[in-house]
Amino acid sequence: MEEVIRLVHGNGGRFSHELMEKHIMKHFRNALLEPLHDGAQFAVSAGRMAFTTDSYVVTPAFFPGGNIGKLAVCGTVNDLAMNGAVPKYLSCGFILEEGLSMETLEKVLTTMEVMADKAGVSIVTGDTKVVERGAVDGIYINTAGVGFIPDSVHIAPSRVEADMDIILSGSLGDHAVAVMGTRFGLTLPESIHTDCAPLNHMVGAVLAKEAENVALMRDPTRGGLATVLQEIADSAQVGILIKEETLPVHEDVASVCSMLGYDPLYLANEGKVVFFVRREATAAVLDILHTFDEGKEAVCIGHTLAKNQGRVGLETVVGGIRLLDMLGEDQVPRIC
Amino acid sequence: MNKLTIDDKAQVAKELLKEIRDLHTKGESLRFMEVCGTHTVAIFREGLRSLLPDGIELVSGPGCPVCVTDQVYMDKALAYAKREDVVLATFGDMLKIPGTEGNLWDAKTAGASIEVIYSPFEVLELGRKYPDKKIVFLAIGFETTIAVIAATIKAVAQEGLTNVFFLVSHKLVPPALKALLDQKEGQIDGFLLPGHVSVIIGEKPYQFLADDYHMPGCIAGFDGIEILSAIVDLLRQRKTQHFYVGNQYKSVVAPKGNPQALALMDELYEPIDDTWRGIGTIPKSGLALKGPYVQFDVEKQVPLGHIGPTIPPKGCQCGRVLQGLIRPDQCPLFGKACTADHPVGACMVSVEGACAAWYKYGRSSGGLVWEE
Repeated sequence: MEEVIRLVHGNGGRFSHELMEKHIMKHFRNALLEPLHDGAQFAVSAGRMAFTTDSYVVTPAFFPGGNIGKLAVCGTVNDLAMNGAVPKYLSCGFILEEGLSMETLEKVLTTMEVMADKAGVSIVTGDTKVVERGAVDGIYINTAGVGFIPDSVHIAPSRVEADMDIILSGSLGDHAVAVMGTRFGLTLPESIHTDCAPLNHMVGAVLAKEAENVALMRDPTRGGLATVLQEIADSAQVGILIKEETLPVHEDVASVCSMLGYDPLYLANEGKVVFFVRREATAAVLDILHTFDEGKEAVCIGHTLAKNQGRVGLETVVGGIRLLDMLGEDQVPRIC
Repeated sequence: MNKLTIDDKAQVAKELLKEIRDLHTKGESLRFMEVCGTHTVAIFREGLRSLLPDGIELVSGPGCPVCVTDQVYMDKALAYAKREDVVLATFGDMLKIPGTEGNLWDAKTAGASIEVIYSPFEVLELGRKYPDKKIVFLAIGFETTIAVIAATIKAVAQEGLTNVFFLVSHKLVPPALKALLDQKEGQIDGFLLPGHVSVIIGEKPYQFLADDYHMPGCIAGFDGIEILSAIVDLLRQRKTQHFYVGNQYKSVVAPKGNPQALALMDELYEPIDDTWRGIGTIPKSGLALKGPYVQFDVEKQVPLGHIGPTIPPKGCQCGRVLQGLIRPDQCPLFGKACTADHPVGACMVSVEGACAAWYKYGRSSGGLVWEE
């Protein structure tokens, strides 16, 4: 008989311990987690830390190129990286639906293990709850994370000024289209898969060389590139002009978008970062990005302006200006 | 996107814009109406307004099917939705259109049986699934949609389903254009004619524009180049004073339209005078089921009793927006009482509505607040 998650797996007793030992520890084992205490204890040095949290409720939990576990590790790692921090420790809370197959949980755990290794982080504390059938949709995950910020790094909207270049690390819309295409039961071309990936090593490499020239980084997840740029134009009080012809959108993604009526500018990405950099550093930052798989399609998409404060303009291919705005009603719910 | 295509497109656009400047007499004020809501959205998406010379204004017209649907119709739809014996089937964009007492979304939340469908043909499945209920489909739309719904009604007849009905409020584009030209108010100097509608009806139904009104018209596609080409066509007709029905969407629109679709429409429907939201009655601008197909007309077969009076929202200027008499941002409610998140009028609800497009893409006057 297929092994499934039962309510008793979340009661804190013998079955919980068995789940922990036989399944979770197998993948996450490390010195800080090992004591299975109420929390993890670790030493810190002077300086600044970053702390972040995110919950993951994507449906379906498995999609081309990834699953909810990949998102749960990479999403939190990337949020730390966007603060300029070197991600270090993650917590992990599972909310599981009674009846979830153990095989599914194992797949998610395996992916999380691989991604944590790749990102160089440890999952040092966690929690598992099981709820009745129908109370959640299979599996939800919350992760929180801490990281340490090098002294040379200062990432803040207030550092964004006019005449800075805006660099995008790669193509738009891949994650949302992979998830939504699966949800709609489309047979997607092989080329379409989530871009979900840990970005900390690539971002770290940029900051190691160009920290003083990088004013701000953001990952264009929910709400997409347009929403992120609008937020920054508002908070930094600059104008932003980007050029449509520079925006990388994979051909197959573009065709699914036109079929489903989605605008790639507003779609979630899970492995992309937008940099605001001083113009003299643009070429150097692009060179560094191009040495990474996650950044090989990196491109300068536009710049900031003293005029048009709080506005984001897209220069279209025909030469017109279209004003972008934040995402209003959700095109694509439960994307991460 | 293919790099070469982008470069080509930019070059062609440059040439078309030069042609537009050459054909336009400096200082002359021209108002071209884009009839179709999809054009309104495309014009914003491509940022075309900012490229046109001063004096050439693009004005949105009555070409959003949801927007022109009369409020009385929505009140009837709500009344049917609330009946225990009815399952209402509709396209999703009708859910938030305001009636006198709330919208269909509210009714659905309160427990009314409302099924959102993506193709009219899904009513057949609903008819089989709920044999004890009456399925009422909200049959709205212009010529493009009418043809598909006509085919659906034929299929319902063929299968012998007796519990599937249609609440018909179809609208025809050419009579609306004539009505706009016959009114005393407003200035229109040319029409960008709707691409999808023209796929069905072809070029001929617009010939009266040239013959009776010396009015240039040009059928246009939906990308920036196709729209700019159509504007060139309109300017050229004005310059030469030689008026005709231009077609800059020839790859899709045949001069004769789609004869099979037209024959089907003719078999099922007859033209009637019809009411457009905020505009009023336009002669022969709507359709009613005729002959044996009257058996599918829900108003004839399942008559509603008395329904309350229809009270239009106070201050809403949708009617004047739909006729191109004012820009959306000239309505006193625009951006204040009426926003995308809390719409008052139909034009703010539909994604193809002029107000929704102006609200989404540019909220201040002129629709663009970008300083060069």
